[in-house]
Amino acid sequence: MSQKVLLNAKEVNIILHRLACQLIEKHNDFSNTVLIGLQPRGIFLANRIAKILREDYNVKNIQLGFLDITFFRDDFRRGDKPLEANTTNINFIVEDKTVVFIDDVLYTGRSIRAALTAIQSFGRPNEIELLTFIDRRFSRHLPIQPDYRGRQVDVINHEKVKVNWEENEGEDIVYLINK
Amino acid sequence: MSELSVNHLLGIKYLNKQDIQLIFETADHFKEVINRPIKKVPSLRDITIANLFFENSTRTKLSFELAEKRLSADVINFSSGQSSVKKGETLIDTVNNILSMKVDMVVMRHPNPGAGVFLSKHVKASIVNAGDGAHEHPTQALLDSYSIREKLGDVKGKKIVIVGDILHSRVALSNIFALQLQGAQVMVCGPKTLIPKYIDKLGVMVEPNLRKALNWCDVANMLRVQNERMDISYFPSTREYTQQYGVNKELLDSLNKEIIIMHPGPINRGVEITSDVADSKQSIILEQVQNGVAIRMAVIYLLASKIKQ
Repeated sequence: MSQKVLLNAKEVNIILHRLACQLIEKHNDFSNTVLIGLQPRGIFLANRIAKILREDYNVKNIQLGFLDITFFRDDFRRGDKPLEANTTNINFIVEDKTVVFIDDVLYTGRSIRAALTAIQSFGRPNEIELLTFIDRRFSRHLPIQPDYRGRQVDVINHEKVKVNWEENEGEDIVYLINK
Repeated sequence: MSELSVNHLLGIKYLNKQDIQLIFETADHFKEVINRPIKKVPSLRDITIANLFFENSTRTKLSFELAEKRLSADVINFSSGQSSVKKGETLIDTVNNILSMKVDMVVMRHPNPGAGVFLSKHVKASIVNAGDGAHEHPTQALLDSYSIREKLGDVKGKKIVIVGDILHSRVALSNIFALQLQGAQVMVCGPKTLIPKYIDKLGVMVEPNLRKALNWCDVANMLRVQNERMDISYFPSTREYTQQYGVNKELLDSLNKEIIIMHPGPINRGVEITSDVADSKQSIILEQVQNGVAIRMAVIYLLASKIKQ
């Protein structure tokens, strides 16, 4: 197994700020927008973006929730390992809101498909957008594309992109891992 | 995530501590799901479940059916009253006929102890025991422990007294196994005739005096007197039973601490507990019913994930 660094901490930080600015450009004061981090890995990115919006760009009233998609996945009973559920924490109604899904890596698009179904349990959003830190091009199984992307990468199937976060792994860094 | 150590839920006796922990953690997620505006998830859309009730049930049957439907499983129901069982069909034949309609899981209540175990050895489907005679009622015990955990934070180290007709109760036996597995202390209390002879061999305490038992415990699980299983008279009269083993508000208020009152239902109001106790803030009877759906969703989900395609 070999790994190479795709993005270092400084580059990650620049991209996070760019993504935050792009969100502000589109959503102004976020009065009708909610951010939803997708469990399990999207929550670190969602927390980070929300923090930047609050602290660096002085955006008040950010509504942030976490959505677990385990029970909506299309591979139940198809893998060797059982699917592990995580906590869903959405304390607001998404009816008529603009929802921004936040996840670290967009790969096949199946997680996003599941999230699109799962979010309907909390109302009918006016619009749903997708923000992803890494967009793995050419590997989609479904017609799903991000509205905001941190970095687009071309990765072949047996390679893996791993996004590490300071609060979880101790360092902001993105690896390309060759298994 | 680990998975259940069993392919069927036949009784608490067959589970280990990790299984119970896994069921509770999964139930936490489902409890959040059933409090959403839309209370349904599509996980089990390719699973068919047969609910076979060879004995009467209201709560358990509705709770299982709701749990199955909230997981998007296809559900077929069967009650022995309106079936060919009355015409002399055997249990294996009945179930195999139902399974030939491509059923993946069977939820069964049966008057004979061991019916679930017997079935699991002879048919190809996951079996969930929804009560077999006076033997076990595992999902009830799981939801009881889950409700205690929710109310008191943990089951470990807590003192639970089970009051009433222990002899005929599957809820009592499953509860004893489940509570002990989680490190709780268990006491039973009731008329001597309704306490099984060698119950102390299970490591439970026996206390014939209700007041003493209630003063000792953190939680009292009140059981119904199962008249339908009694072939002889076990106590002189219902009135005398109520005087000795019924909980009323006066008794509850005179205790040295505030205890939690549970009841698996159906309640005979005025016999084992009075209405003001059943409806008091110390009672968590309706929380138990709500938790029952989440627990059954967790059990079915975890067992279904072991059914290979």
